Amino acid sequence: MFPRPIQDASPRAQLLYKIALPVSLIIWLLPMIAIVATAGRSLSDLNYGNYWGVPTEWAFIENFSSVFGSSSIGNYLLNSVIITIPSIIGALFLSTLAGAGLALYKFRGRFVILALFIAGNFVPFQILMIPVRQLTLDLGIYDTYWGVILFQIAFQTGFCTFFMRNFIADLPFELVEAARAEGVSEWKILIHVIVPLVRPALAALAVLQFTFIWNDFFWPLILIQSDELRPITLGLTTLKGQYISSFNLLAAGSLIAALPPVMMFFAMQRHFIAGLTLGASKG
Amino acid sequence: MAETQTMPAARPVSTRRNTTFFSRNKLVIMPLVFIAPALAMFSLFVIWPILQSISLSFTEWQGIGPKKWVGLSNYRYLFSDPVFWTSLVNNIYWLVLFLLAPVFGLLVALFLNQTVFGIRLVKSLFFFPFVVSQIVVGLVFAWFYDPAFGLLATILEPFGIEFPPILADEDWATFGIIVAGLWPQTAYCMILYLTGLNSVNPEMIEAARLDGAKGWRLLVKIVLPQLRAATFIALVVTVIGALRSFDLVAVMTEGGPYNSSNVLAYYMYDNAIFRYRMGYASAIATVLFMIMNVYIIWFLLRLWKNEKGAR
Repeated sequence: MFPRPIQDASPRAQLLYKIALPVSLIIWLLPMIAIVATAGRSLSDLNYGNYWGVPTEWAFIENFSSVFGSSSIGNYLLNSVIITIPSIIGALFLSTLAGAGLALYKFRGRFVILALFIAGNFVPFQILMIPVRQLTLDLGIYDTYWGVILFQIAFQTGFCTFFMRNFIADLPFELVEAARAEGVSEWKILIHVIVPLVRPALAALAVLQFTFIWNDFFWPLILIQSDELRPITLGLTTLKGQYISSFNLLAAGSLIAALPPVMMFFAMQRHFIAGLTLGASKG
Repeated sequence: MAETQTMPAARPVSTRRNTTFFSRNKLVIMPLVFIAPALAMFSLFVIWPILQSISLSFTEWQGIGPKKWVGLSNYRYLFSDPVFWTSLVNNIYWLVLFLLAPVFGLLVALFLNQTVFGIRLVKSLFFFPFVVSQIVVGLVFAWFYDPAFGLLATILEPFGIEFPPILADEDWATFGIIVAGLWPQTAYCMILYLTGLNSVNPEMIEAARLDGAKGWRLLVKIVLPQLRAATFIALVVTVIGALRSFDLVAVMTEGGPYNSSNVLAYYMYDNAIFRYRMGYASAIATVLFMIMNVYIIWFLLRLWKNEKGAR
């Protein structure tokens, strides 16, 4: 193990480590602590200039009900859900098919197709921006949920296909060969052999995609105009203008926006990290 | 499967008669069927738009009406546009300073790679800035920096130090944003390195220790080579993240003051959405795309080498 286990160190070093751990954690999370603390700060504290000191009272409930009451944040949250969920399902569906197609069959050009999916996923969004916006206008889905959803499905399919293909390629191929020798059709092999085995990969991708799409700011900015359709990331910039001097309310709004992916991460941590660190442990 | 009624179970495939064109070629047709929907969507929304953007960069277009072919004039104009140069230089700052994320990430990972009580929770808490939206990160750091009531100004006030208005300062705004960006990026690199450290070969480390290697030398000679894969991915995602920087700029400064914190991604958006210069904006996007291609090709070449090794 590297570095040397702290248990082998002197008692003083061990004590030092045990102190350093929480201290560094607090410094590291200071921005998040600040949001939480500010979200509970009362208006009178802010008026007296008590921005960072110990609050004289906690006003979480007032602030949160005030944000929900005076802004469209509930609507923004709902919009984020409406956009995120179908996007994940679509991307997972397409990429399971494509990943199986690329992993289970040998044909010329398959690396080129895989490379296309990967390369497309790394491009700057700006190179897509004007034509995609035009495309949604032409299809009549500009300024609708569908514009963002279809784009997210298409774009995220790149990464997901790469992921699924690697995962399926690592499965024991004998299973597929055995099924083929039995005369099982390729569709049934996919549905009854592959899909049950790729469940962990689907879980990892689903949580990862949830945070990516939920936190995405650029595409709704480009493809959505109406305030009623805006997801929470875009809604926050509206709130920023609305609560120009009410930091406590803006902080409460930020906290609400950050909460769903954070909860998703803590609930599905193992899957999340498995998805994110794909390939980090291989040579 | 209609002809299976009298067949024995272990019938060899080659003796099958009455095979249709489909069943003879299914190993060629099926992958195409499986890949087609994904490829169609990806082509429509990603591949084709890239080509369209490149061709748009040779035109003058206001977003509606006819496009006018202007050859390379957008690119010539780029050369004499000071904001383009500022943005490009800022992107280089982003790129170089963002490389601190893998370094810090490795340091944090080494710090946390212990087995003490509660370490798993500590690791997840260190990681979770990455899960938070960049918009939220931008908002918090903008508060921290606020010269009147920000945290940093409040902390420094008792010492008689006046905290400069970082985001309103032409010389400092970009660096203020980069620091905000480094926070989640370091978390990302940390998790990559923690995973990498998990699969470091303990015997090699013990052997090196018996040979008297320790500390820095052990890290550089034995551990880092085994973390190659993690380092590679950390570098790729960091470089791409640096060049993609948009959200933080949009929420913290909108490229200001006086375009001093602009980056190519935001300047492109600015030209297209607020000034309707679609051709010019596409030229900026194409330049950014070409810069990124260096890294994309690097990634693909390495993948290609691994693939050839694997099968």
